[in-house]
Amino acid sequence: MRISCPLCGERPLDEFIYRGDATVTRPDKEAPMEQWVEYVYLRDNPKGIHREHWRHAQGCGSWLIVERNTVTHEITQVSETRPTQDAQT
Amino acid sequence: MKYSITSLVKQALQGHKGWPEAFRHPAPKKHYDVVIIGGGGHGLATAYYLAKNHGITNVAVVEKGWIGSGNVGRNTTIVRSNYLLNSEIPLLEWSLKLWEGLSEDLNYNVMFSQRGVLDIFHTDGQRDEAVRRGNAMIVNGVDAEMLDRQQVLEMMPMVDENNGRFPVLGGLLQPRAGNARHDAVVWGYARGADQMGVDIIQNCEVTGISRGPNGEATGVETSRGRIGAGKVAVAVAGHTSQVMDMAGIKLPVESHKLQAFVSEAVKPCINTVATFGVGHLYVSQSDKGGLVFGGMVDGYNSFAQRGNLPIVEDVAEAMMMFLPTLGRVRLLRHWAGVVDMTMDGSPLICKTPIEGLYLSGGWNYTGFKAIPGAAWCFAHTVANDAPHDFNAPFHLDRFAQGRPVDATGGGPFPNHH
Repeated sequence: MRISCPLCGERPLDEFIYRGDATVTRPDKEAPMEQWVEYVYLRDNPKGIHREHWRHAQGCGSWLIVERNTVTHEITQVSETRPTQDAQT
Repeated sequence: MKYSITSLVKQALQGHKGWPEAFRHPAPKKHYDVVIIGGGGHGLATAYYLAKNHGITNVAVVEKGWIGSGNVGRNTTIVRSNYLLNSEIPLLEWSLKLWEGLSEDLNYNVMFSQRGVLDIFHTDGQRDEAVRRGNAMIVNGVDAEMLDRQQVLEMMPMVDENNGRFPVLGGLLQPRAGNARHDAVVWGYARGADQMGVDIIQNCEVTGISRGPNGEATGVETSRGRIGAGKVAVAVAGHTSQVMDMAGIKLPVESHKLQAFVSEAVKPCINTVATFGVGHLYVSQSDKGGLVFGGMVDGYNSFAQRGNLPIVEDVAEAMMMFLPTLGRVRLLRHWAGVVDMTMDGSPLICKTPIEGLYLSGGWNYTGFKAIPGAAWCFAHTVANDAPHDFNAPFHLDRFAQGRPVDATGGGPFPNHH
């Protein structure tokens, strides 16, 4: 598996660190407990396309959003995180 | 047929042509008291204990592949109870006690070999952790021994004891731990359950969980038709999320893959299960001579039952630091299993919010050793609609209640456990 960093180009997997599911969004501070439990603990865990955070730790250090198939490991899209997305996650 | 020295001699004289099949291959009936989804170690053992301990014999075990094709055949066969938390030790220790009598109980040789598990440490911090864990084990009545450097080297003469970076300081030994033959475990449980009337239905994939008027589970839809059930018990490591999704339940689980390796056969050189804490490596030698070893999960969600090279490199590096004499030994094969990684690294053995639906899953990569004890508790939970004391801490609601069982202190990150 290789990831194409938008800044550095295609790099081997061991330059990157997996940073978890990118679809979960942090609830509002006053949100009910169920939403917080869901955010912290519950996951869709799809068998197929998964949207996830990776960090190019041994490269430029940027946080990326990677769309990857969890069965075939095919990567369909890589993009940098944007400030709005950062605010959500 | 009961296996014994008499039956063996009798069959030997007849050229071993008269052995009956170990278990039947029945067609599914319309309805069972309990349908267990998943014919792995946990599913079959649960059926066995439901029949043996609770007299519930109108049971079907539904397996999408064949018996032995899943994670029970993909592990490194290690059995131990060297845990840290008071909530988890009793379950695993009960499991080890059942292992000790399992071959006799099942009348099937599971080749349980108590060669010990030796966790070797190389730093002061690791020694502190080992002392703490050893004490926790002893307090809970589990055998644990601290070995000094010399004792470790006598047990494991191949260890690179003085390489500068990772000098051997000592080890924590659990003498009663060891290995078992993983295939024999499922075959033995399948045979034992079958003899008490349990139907083992292979090549039968569950595609849905049917629900009654009040939302309760009433059976399963399968590739071989609908099977009605008074209770449905799920024990499907790797795809627990997908099966529970059929009932609309979202879990604190991610599926990750864990790789395991076996080398070509070499002369006997390791007579325990040794672990190298620095690089997270565990190695033992099979009865055929191959070195069986593994490392960490790959670290990202995956359902691919195949390996990936960064972990191969990582494990090979750890092996070269730990046992450099093995550098010229060739790798025979390596494979990956899909494991349910939970948010606290501990399993789920519980009732679910749906009436009549029960769950045993989230075994991370520690499911094999737990098979007898966990299935014993799961059968208790299914039969009595209430957990046994041993599995009470492993309820789904522990996350919402703020009682996660997090031995490593890794937090809600499945790839940290």
